[in-house]
Amino acid sequence: MIDAVGDVQKVLLLGGTSEIGMALLRRLAGERRITAVLAGRPTPGLDDAAGALRSEGHQVEVVHFDAEDGGTWAPVMGKGFASGDVDVVVVAFGLLGDAERAWQEPDVAARLATVNYTAPVTMGVDAAGRLRAQGHGALIVLSSVAGERPRRTNFAYGSAKAGLDAFFTGLREALRPDGIRVVVVRPGFVRTKMTAGLDAAPLAVDAGQVAEASVSALLSGKETVWVPAPMRYVMSVLRHLPATVFRRLPI
Amino acid sequence: MSRAPVLRRSLTGWGRTSPSMANLVLASGEVDVRLAVRDAGTRGVLARGLGRSYGDSAQNGGGTVVDMSGLARILSVDTTTGHVVTEAGVSLDTLVRVLLPLGLLVPVLPGTRQVTVGGAIAADIHGKNHHVKGSFGNHVAAMDLLLADGSVRTLTPQGAPELFWATVGGMGLTGIILRATVVATPVDSAYFVVDTERTRDLDDLMARLQADDDEYDYSVAWIDLVARGAAMGRSVLTRGWSARADQLPQRLRGQPYHFASRSLFTAPNIFPSGLLNKVTIAAFNEAYYRKTPREQRGAIQSIGQFFHPLDVAKHWNRIYGQRGFLQYQFVVPFGAEDAMRRAVERLSTAGAASFLAVLKRFGPGNPGLLSFPTPGWTLALDIPVAPGLGRLLDELDDLVLSAGGRLYLAKDSRAQAETLHQMYPRIDEWRTVRDQVDPAQVFSSDQARRLFL
Ligand SMILES: Cc1cc2nc3c(=O)[nH]c(=O)nc-3n(C[C@H](O)[C@H](O)[C@H](O)COP(=O)(O)OP(=O)(O)OC[C@H]3O[C@@H](n4cnc5c(N)ncnc54)[C@H](O)[C@@H]3O)c2cc1C
Ligand SMILES: NC(=O)c1ccc[n+]([C@@H]2O[C@H](COP(=O)([O-])OP(=O)(O)OC[C@H]3O[C@@H](n4cnc5c(N)ncnc54)[C@H](OP(=O)(O)O)[C@@H]3O)[C@@H](O)[C@H]2O)c1
Repeated sequence: MIDAVGDVQKVLLLGGTSEIGMALLRRLAGERRITAVLAGRPTPGLDDAAGALRSEGHQVEVVHFDAEDGGTWAPVMGKGFASGDVDVVVVAFGLLGDAERAWQEPDVAARLATVNYTAPVTMGVDAAGRLRAQGHGALIVLSSVAGERPRRTNFAYGSAKAGLDAFFTGLREALRPDGIRVVVVRPGFVRTKMTAGLDAAPLAVDAGQVAEASVSALLSGKETVWVPAPMRYVMSVLRHLPATVFRRLPI
Repeated sequence: MSRAPVLRRSLTGWGRTSPSMANLVLASGEVDVRLAVRDAGTRGVLARGLGRSYGDSAQNGGGTVVDMSGLARILSVDTTTGHVVTEAGVSLDTLVRVLLPLGLLVPVLPGTRQVTVGGAIAADIHGKNHHVKGSFGNHVAAMDLLLADGSVRTLTPQGAPELFWATVGGMGLTGIILRATVVATPVDSAYFVVDTERTRDLDDLMARLQADDDEYDYSVAWIDLVARGAAMGRSVLTRGWSARADQLPQRLRGQPYHFASRSLFTAPNIFPSGLLNKVTIAAFNEAYYRKTPREQRGAIQSIGQFFHPLDVAKHWNRIYGQRGFLQYQFVVPFGAEDAMRRAVERLSTAGAASFLAVLKRFGPGNPGLLSFPTPGWTLALDIPVAPGLGRLLDELDDLVLSAGGRLYLAKDSRAQAETLHQMYPRIDEWRTVRDQVDPAQVFSSDQARRLFL
């Protein structure tokens, strides 16, 4: 249960090495020890993440899957829920990829669509069914401002995030009668390994800020989170710019 | 025969935190309850009374919850022995109304009469008379318990002490109580003779309670957790006895058992969070303390005035707003007065404002394996949920645990499994008994899953 003061007992993180995901998990745990299920590709990075959480006193389970390989998705939820109710499922895996190759090479385009849309949607539906069955719980899904309006520089990634955002925003309504919450998080530029080497955009934030904003939204009943908050207004302006103007912006 | 209606419902405790969805069976008789248990799915089944436990004790997310308030018949009353046989869904409010004209009083009354007999047994509730009369389980002569295998066993403290005392305080996890025989207390009137004292601070309060509490049948102190410094822990102590007919003023003597109490208004469901803030609570507390005479002896009060000042407002829990509130209640043993002092200090410096903090001296406990009351000092307070509250209470849990104390399950909505297990040293004995009657844990609750009971 997400208890009366907002503390949790068990969190399932899809994208076990994601910096934003780990920050969220730690923020959800607060100063308590929880059970964390880390799901991700079998890499040393995943083992390191598990080791770090263990050394902080958490109980950790590791589950393997590859978002590019549809055959590995189905068992994840079964394993994640096996040891008891999951209070929060965090969908944090994602792939920025190579934007230029993505509109010229079919395989690369398909990979971005699979990792950023098909896999999270497929696994999200499985998670939702299990949350409904246990009668409580929440999903936190990492969308992106990139999904708000496709830009020349990363529309392949952006289009998948747009689809993901729309899907989980709709799923939220479908799950409302069951009391299951879906929080969709739309960060701007976050300084993590995903954006390492890129020039930080204006209004750049850290993973910790995304975690803080997402968890306070979860606890206060908010459902869509922009990080940083003013990003909402920036994107609202951008969305309404005429295409001719938007095209010329250096973004 | 038609089946009991089943509603898909979001359920919470009285604190309105942590909702979960369940299939709520509106049972009106034993058959409905049996079928609900027989057909329980993988998430199990749980009895629910009037939902007056504060946290997640009476919810079972994804599973079946049997609303017992429809099993509300009083089956027999023996006025000579005081033995009252009732269905488990009868409320203590109904019992009080029915029994008083017969010269009987419900043996243990909590801070609200809106609880069922089943809930009273399952939480082994205590009242203002705990220091002399013990808790509810001490006054149960027998009960019929529906077990996971579908059988019904009649339990008495003599015939089946283990299962009896695992069920008293067992939070519905051993089975569903269908009926109980409660032993009521003979009284002369529906009134109480009450002494009221104002105490300077916490030490003054505990000293007075140590001095002469046992001379009173009923005793409780309201304590002001907003006052700081020298006034920290200042209190209003009210203690009394059931009034004899000859103690009543002339105008009441004609109808000594007259009991009038009704819901005056229903709090609407629209209060914003934070309506009750530190300022309003401080003002309330100040006024309450000031309006109490420094000392008053022998006042005559009705049951409502003496026990249940809040019952006149239905759904008063709504005034805490959207995020709800919780109640924190613990007991520390005699000798651990310093832990109580530190807890009060911590709560008042943290500004964990509360307009309902009560302190009471408990008497001896009973054999209930998970029963809350143990000899010592208990403090209970309502706290609106706000950021940072979790850490403060975790800190207090540690303080209570190291003082040899414990938390009350019926009030709990946020404790950690490990802490709670250490607070209840007999939990393994309880589990052994539970595992004998319900090895598959057909009876389960959100609280049981959260705390690994
Ligand atoms: C304003 C207020 C004041 C209170 N004051 C006090 C007090 O002074 N002292 C005190 O001890 N408590 C007090 N309480 C707590 C309350 O007495 C207990 O939580 C009590 O258990 C509530 O009874 P209920 O019928 O509402 O049960 P619920 O809250 O519905 O259920 C409580 C537990 O009992 C179990 N249960 C209910 N019926 C059955 C059954 N038929 N068979 C098996 N299990 C069953 C449930 O499964 C659950 O675990 C107070 C609560 C409020 C709201
Ligand atoms: N950083 C930003 O600026 C930003 C902005 C908006 C939204 N977001 C979104 O936020 C989420 C988290 O990103 P982050 O910033 O925390 O980046 P990150 O640290 O790089 O995390 C990305 C995660 O995705 C996982 N992943 C990638 N491909 C995978 C695959 N095929 N199978 C399984 N897992 C795979 C990675 O696992 P491996 O360790 O196996 O690679 C890693 O756990 C992503 O959805 C991202 O799109 C990020």
